[in-house]
This record gives sequence, structure tokens and C-alpha cells, in this order.
Amino acid sequence: MSKAFVPTAAKPGVITANDLREGHNVWMCEDGWTADPAHATLFEDEAIADLALLKAVGQSNIVVGPYLVEARRGPNGPEPTHFREAFRQRGPSNYFHGIQTLKQAKLTEASNV
Amino acid sequence: MFDVRPVETDYVRHRAAQFRAQVERRLDGSLTEDEFRPLRLMNGVYLQLHAYMLRIAIPYGTISPDQMRMLAHLAETYDKGYGHWTTRQNIQFNWPRLVDIPDMLDKLASVGMHAIQTSGNTIRNVTTDAFAGAAADEYMDPRPYAELLRSWSTDHAEFQFLPRKFKIAITGAARDRALVAAHDIGLRLRQQDGRTGFEVWVGGGLGRTPMLGKVIRDFLPEEDLLAYIEAIISTYNLSGRRDNKYKARIKITVHERGLDVFKAEVEEEFANRRRDFHGADREALAVFKNRFAAPAFRNGPTDGYEAARAANGAFRSWTDTNLHPHKVDGYASVIVTFKTHGATPGDASADQMRLLADLAEQYGHADLRISHDQNVVLPHVHKSDLPAVYAALQKAGLATANAGLTSDIIACPGMDYCTLATARSIPIAQEIATHFKDNGLEDEIGKLNIRISGCINACGHHHLGHIGILGLDRAGVENYQITLGGDGYDIPAIGERAGAGFPYDQVVPAIDRLLRAYLELRADASERFIDAYRRLGPAPFKAALYPEPAHA
Repeated sequence: MSKAFVPTAAKPGVITANDLREGHNVWMCEDGWTADPAHATLFEDEAIADLALLKAVGQSNIVVGPYLVEARRGPNGPEPTHFREAFRQRGPSNYFHGIQTLKQAKLTEASNV
Repeated sequence: MFDVRPVETDYVRHRAAQFRAQVERRLDGSLTEDEFRPLRLMNGVYLQLHAYMLRIAIPYGTISPDQMRMLAHLAETYDKGYGHWTTRQNIQFNWPRLVDIPDMLDKLASVGMHAIQTSGNTIRNVTTDAFAGAAADEYMDPRPYAELLRSWSTDHAEFQFLPRKFKIAITGAARDRALVAAHDIGLRLRQQDGRTGFEVWVGGGLGRTPMLGKVIRDFLPEEDLLAYIEAIISTYNLSGRRDNKYKARIKITVHERGLDVFKAEVEEEFANRRRDFHGADREALAVFKNRFAAPAFRNGPTDGYEAARAANGAFRSWTDTNLHPHKVDGYASVIVTFKTHGATPGDASADQMRLLADLAEQYGHADLRISHDQNVVLPHVHKSDLPAVYAALQKAGLATANAGLTSDIIACPGMDYCTLATARSIPIAQEIATHFKDNGLEDEIGKLNIRISGCINACGHHHLGHIGILGLDRAGVENYQITLGGDGYDIPAIGERAGAGFPYDQVVPAIDRLLRAYLELRADASERFIDAYRRLGPAPFKAALYPEPAHA
């Protein structure tokens, strides 16, 4: 589904993959890859996105299975439009594991400042 | 006590070392992901929705206490403190890092375990009755044959690249708890004219095209087992479709070509293959029969058990639901359900695994089984020890008296973990279990099999549930189809779709309406949901699921 997605200004997208060594989900950002989807680069142009995806594919020593998927512009950064991506950005619903723990850690860090 | 440890430990260690080198080459860039993927899959390493997943084989669900302790160690050291029992009697770890998996495989090899052929188009873990060697209704122990099939199929050079994965199940009991009709090959042990053999089923399977198997041989003498199975799989290997992944399972081969044509080819191949078997398989079988000899059962009084039942209502209730009749007087098989209301079906913490290992050693002849319904069985417990076992389980939150009841739900990992899933399964199972506990109807409803799959691949066996629930993605929203009338045990049957799907938040109310209707419709309390469904047909149950809108 997502690999055939073509981003436009009206329907932008992000590039996501899994970290090769650790396995967790990552998103392409300005300076590489991030585990925080809110920091992901939002692509609105097909040609730029294709080029970035080629770059991601070339980084197979860092990430596995990169693909382009629809996202929307949110107040704190890109947000998922499909529930599958929402689960990837959050973690499983039966335990507080996965990406949601990173977000929690960030909030705790911010409140300690 | 028996030794379940496979003898080929050196081979398992060698494979672990091989995989370590493959991971190193992947990390240093010598292998691309396309090159590495088949190698990791051959070692049970998947990449799932949030992380890597390691699926470890538990051959025919039989595991020793020291192996169980190793799983506990891996859960704590390399995962998030738990593991997940699968519907194929295996265990999955949901969060290992790729860089740690070679160490995990080394440690598994040290207790004779591995992840070989837990993925890929190979012969997968051979499954059987979780009460094998213990059940009162068993006429022959299937484990020696399961072990023969396991050792023969492991690294079988001819069958490493089949058209599709291949699953074999075997049972030796009157009641088929191994679901032989739902496997690529199903084997039922039989006696005929004083000889031991098998009724051989072929072409069963669930997934997107559910089919019950067909009997290809009424009676296959036991000495011909491997030659005949080899003939079936080699015939399939040549004639199975490789042009379409969704039509590649043997069930499609048998269905498209017809059982008679397929059988004729198998019998011809069998005649050829049989000449190559010179008795080594029979010698191995004799060894395995010794390995699975019955433990030294003791003959002691069970007064304490009866007294505890009389004195403790909770214990009595647990013994009513969570024991399975044993072939030896004074003994029972204990079902430890991993289905506490609101918990994730099949998830076991490291502490729970260690407790089970201890209990098996202290009270259970050092024997443990993983059941296909994601529970653990202590197959041989003397009834006088049951109060102590219950007390220990209760302290660990493992004494829920719900085996075979509404909350004893089979659920695949669904979209909470699985990359193939189209919707979530686990929270649906959690909510159904909690709902019927809170409204107090679970005991009244009685025996019921609910099965939930998060996609059409049907790992949650929804087709075989009295009530099956299939999670789908309908226009970007989770949607759940309900099937009714499936059965994997007494009268194998594929459930029929009841009607339009339900959105996520309407599933529990729909199941509630369905089960309240059943309580109204049943002849008496002894008539199970599935029996009432068979007697009355689907109409009154569909009417409960899809009530007519009230007229204004």
C-alpha cells in the first residue's frame, strides 16, 4: 500500500523504516533518522521524496525496509493518517512498550528541566 | 522422567554459529537485506511492526524445566520480561535486538533448543495434543512419532524450498485436540488387525481459503510413516503451485487436482520411496518410544484433594474447569491458563515461566507442555498435590478457573505486533474476557471457544471458533467479521460468516447480544453454544447479532 504512495502538497508523506541493529521504528529527519515521528521530514513533492527514498534505500547498513507513507501536518509535527502507522508511532495497545516509552521519557526530561 | 533434548546439539550449535556470522556480515554491509532476509527467516527471525521477533520451536509443545528456565532468562535479558505462547505450540519474543539474537541462539542451543524451520517454506514445528502421554482418552502416545517426524524433517534437504510452508499435526486420542483436519498433513493413530498405523489426512488448512483436510489413506502401517509422508510432500513439492503465493498450499493442490489424482501420484511415489527406507527410521522410533516412556507414577491416596475441594470453593471451581482426565488413577493434567481476564492471551512473564519449571519438577514429573490454545499444561500431577500446585499458581496470578470458557480466547498478536495484520486482536480478547467477567455471565455460558485473528492468515484459528472474529481494514478503519459454528475438535467445521462486520467498539456489544440470545435459546444448561447453534441453525443467532431497528 504505502510504497506506491505519491506525496503532494495536499497529501504529504514521511519516510519510515526500522533500525537495522535494534529493530525499532525510525523516521527520516533532516539530519538522518529519528525515533520521534514528530521530528520526521514531511515530503510534499514527489521528486524530492523519491530522491530521499533512494537515499534511504542506500542506507541499508542503518535501516531496513524504508517506505514512503501518507502523513498530515499536525501542530507538533507530522501525524499518521492510517491506524497502522498510528500504532507504529505509539507502540502496542496491551503494554506501555515501544515508541510511546520514548515520548514519555522526553516528557519526564522536559518536566525535570 | 524423560529427556526431550534433541540429540543433534552439535548441529544446533553449528547453525547458531553460522547465523552469528551472517548477522556480522549484514551489519558490516557484506550482505544486503534482500540477501539476509531468507537467512534470518530460516532462523526464526522476523521483522515485525515495532521490532524484530524471534520465534523459537517447542517441538510438539513439549518442554523441560531447564528449557523453560532458559526462556525465562532470555525474556529478562533480551526482551521485556515476557514471551508469547503461539497457536502452534511455539514461543515468540517480541522485542529482541538483531545484535543480541546470536547470543540468544547460542543460549538456546545449550539446552537443545533452536528457531530452525519456525519460518520459511519448510516443514514447520510438528504439533500434537497437549495432553499426549497423559489423556484418559488416549490410546497411543503420539510423541514418539512426532519426534520421528521432527528429526526427519529438520534440515531435510529436499524440503527446504517447498511451494509454501507445511504443517503436520498428530494425535493418538479419541478426541482430536491436535486439529488434524486443519493441517497440511494430519495423522490419527489407529489400531487395525492388531497393527499400529495412521489415518492420514491431507490438504487441510485455514488462512484465506479455509478447508478441512481429506483422508488420503484409511490405514498406513507405522513402519511406512516416513516413506508415505515423504511421498506426499515430494508430490506436492513438484505439483504445488509456485506462481501464486495464495494458491501454493497443499490444500489448493489437492483441491484443484482432485484427491484421486493426487493420491494416485502419492501412491506411485510411495512405492519408489519405500525402497529407500531400510529400517533406520524404525530403529529411531524404538529409541523415541523409550525416551517417551511413562514416568514412574505413584499410587497414593487422594483424600487430601477431596477434602480441599470440599473446604475451598475457589479450588473446587478451578479443579472443575482446569483439570483434564488422566489415564492413571489418582492423577490429573493441569491446565494453567494464560488468559486471566484482561491479560494478553498467551503472554508469560519470566517469573511465571520459572514457577512452572519449579512446579513441574516438584509435582509434575518434570514435564511441561505448551498447548495450541496458548496455555501451559502440567500433564502429570498427582491429585494429592493439586492443592499445593493451586496455591502456588494463585500467588503468581495463574490460577484463573477459566479453561474452555468464554475468556479462554485464542488470539493472534494482531496489529499490536504483526506486520501482516489488518486490525488488532489482543484488545478485543481483553475486552470480551473482562466484559463477561464483570457481568457475571461467564460461568452460566459454560464451554465456549472464541478465536480471534487480526488478518485473513488466521493464526488465531478464527474459522474453528464456535465464535470466530476476524479483524480487517475497511477503508482505513478496523472492522471485525464474526463467524459462527466453527469447531476444531468434535465435529471439525469451518465457521460461517454471520453478516456485515462490526466497528471495533461494537464487537463486545455484538458478542454480548449473541451470548444472551444463546442463554435464552439453549435447551438447558448442559447444551453448549455450539450444540445450540447446530440444533437451531444460524437464524436466531444472526437475529441477535443484527437486530431489526425499532420502528418509530
